[in-house]
Amino acid sequence: MGMTMTQKILAKHAGLDSVRAGQLIQAKLDLVLGNDITTPVAVNEFEAAGFDKVFDKSKIALVMDHFAPNKDIKAAAQCKQCRAFARRFDIDNYFDVGEMGIEHALLPEKGLVAPGEAVIGADSHTCTYGALGAFSTGVGSTDMGAAMAAGETWFKVPSAIKVNLTGKLRPFVSGKDVILTLIGMIGVDGARYQSLEFAGPGVGELSIYDRLTISNMAIEAGAKNGIFPVDEITKAYVSERVSRPWTAYEADPDAEYERTVDIDLSQVDCTVAYPHLPENAHSVREGKDIRIDQIVIGSCTNGQLPDLEAAAAILKGRHLARDVRGIIIPATMNVYRQCMKQGLTDIFLDAGCIVSTPTCGPCLGGYMGILAAGERCVSTTNRNFVGRMGHVDSEVYLASPAVAAASGIAGHICHPEEV
Amino acid sequence: MNVQGTVHKYGDHVDTDVIIPARYLNTPDHKELAAHCMEDIDKEFIHKVKPGDVMVAGVNFGCGSSREHAPIAIKASGVSCVIAATFARIFYRNAINIGLAILECPAASTGISDGDQVSVDFDTGVITNETKHETYQAEPFPPFIKDMIEKGGLMASLKAGKAGV
Repeated sequence: MGMTMTQKILAKHAGLDSVRAGQLIQAKLDLVLGNDITTPVAVNEFEAAGFDKVFDKSKIALVMDHFAPNKDIKAAAQCKQCRAFARRFDIDNYFDVGEMGIEHALLPEKGLVAPGEAVIGADSHTCTYGALGAFSTGVGSTDMGAAMAAGETWFKVPSAIKVNLTGKLRPFVSGKDVILTLIGMIGVDGARYQSLEFAGPGVGELSIYDRLTISNMAIEAGAKNGIFPVDEITKAYVSERVSRPWTAYEADPDAEYERTVDIDLSQVDCTVAYPHLPENAHSVREGKDIRIDQIVIGSCTNGQLPDLEAAAAILKGRHLARDVRGIIIPATMNVYRQCMKQGLTDIFLDAGCIVSTPTCGPCLGGYMGILAAGERCVSTTNRNFVGRMGHVDSEVYLASPAVAAASGIAGHICHPEEV
Repeated sequence: MNVQGTVHKYGDHVDTDVIIPARYLNTPDHKELAAHCMEDIDKEFIHKVKPGDVMVAGVNFGCGSSREHAPIAIKASGVSCVIAATFARIFYRNAINIGLAILECPAASTGISDGDQVSVDFDTGVITNETKHETYQAEPFPPFIKDMIEKGGLMASLKAGKAGV
């Protein structure tokens, strides 16, 4: 029986010739990630268990991004605890204000993840790195704490869903629309405990940033991971950032998939997920009557340079509708600097938006754009659960940067081709 | 290992944002987290929950964020066991890691109502609804997971020298 890409990577890291779906394995890890919310719990567990060393100080990444720059005194204390841990064990990859970015944009940019590697992170969107052909998945803080000590963890080998992509994206349609469409098709638990294995000729039509957005939201379908084949597009991205050797794994021709989902990219239109689940996918063309109060463009899902370029292309020379707030959050300091160099920051400011330094902030209702009761936001983030961005009676509509920008100008949910 | 208590019943796709909203994640303190458990879907929960009570829900319980604060808040609120038709995978793993007992049982999820008295036998996986005089069969934990929960979670179990599988 052949193996999927995910199964091959897991077998290699478990020191086995082959694995099958459902098998429990112990796998070595190439990177263990935590942020300012999950790391304190992991550190408390690590210390309570009496560990006095980490498995490899170059294979742990701690990123202060959720409530940083510190939103309040308690958040400051959490970052302080992370910093003390990083210094105590001389952690190489500790990123604080000034050099940090949103973790899942920062790690690929810094070359900390390469194809074929196995990564866990105490953050559910750790599945983002599947875009690079790596196995990566989100875990909790205790798993992170144990993995920082042991350098390995246990997994149940997932069965797989093949997502067969064909065709070419239409203008204004992006990776965000593809993943919202897929989640709309299979539901928020449609891939529960499974891997999403993207394949087909359509893969080559997606930029690495489209793939990062798609893999990022695999968790919103309940998936353990969402992985793309390694092609010339991947190699071009990775070769500029990673100097260590890495391996591209390919699925066997006879790999087993529990089912196949077909998506013709040319049939995907700009898509919005209505409250309060990411599976509530609607065509953006249905949204004319939905008035909005805020747009947020950023996050680990859509805060990369091409995302902000897409938003700027729409916002250039235009202004937000009256009573709409626009919050733009470049995902890393590098993206932030590029926005300034390319004149995007001016376009955003001229349009009436603000531009923040990197933070997860409003995505999870932390700070930097919290909603009042009854308010609506079109957001390029990844979750629209009850109370996700503020009051329990506020609403989040998930969309691409182009749709968020167009909606901000129109004052209601709006297709980019209509502004 | 057995537990017994009053049921607090919820629906499908109960996400970790409503179990413990992110605005309270600026502390890892278990008691502080418990004080806001379920706040965004059930403001009364924290006032009515008693030690030993059981939480019952539909499909995909614990979906969303990987925050371990969610099972921590539930456990620290006094809940002894969560029964759901299905669980999201990160929540399932986190619950076991911190020593919160959880059982997947679609029949119990359908049959049990809010306020019912139930008891759970973890050795056999039998869930007894004492209010309705019904029983439901869940898959009992494999031994290594039962061992981890009984020892109080992954770290306690690692300390005792039995890491993972």
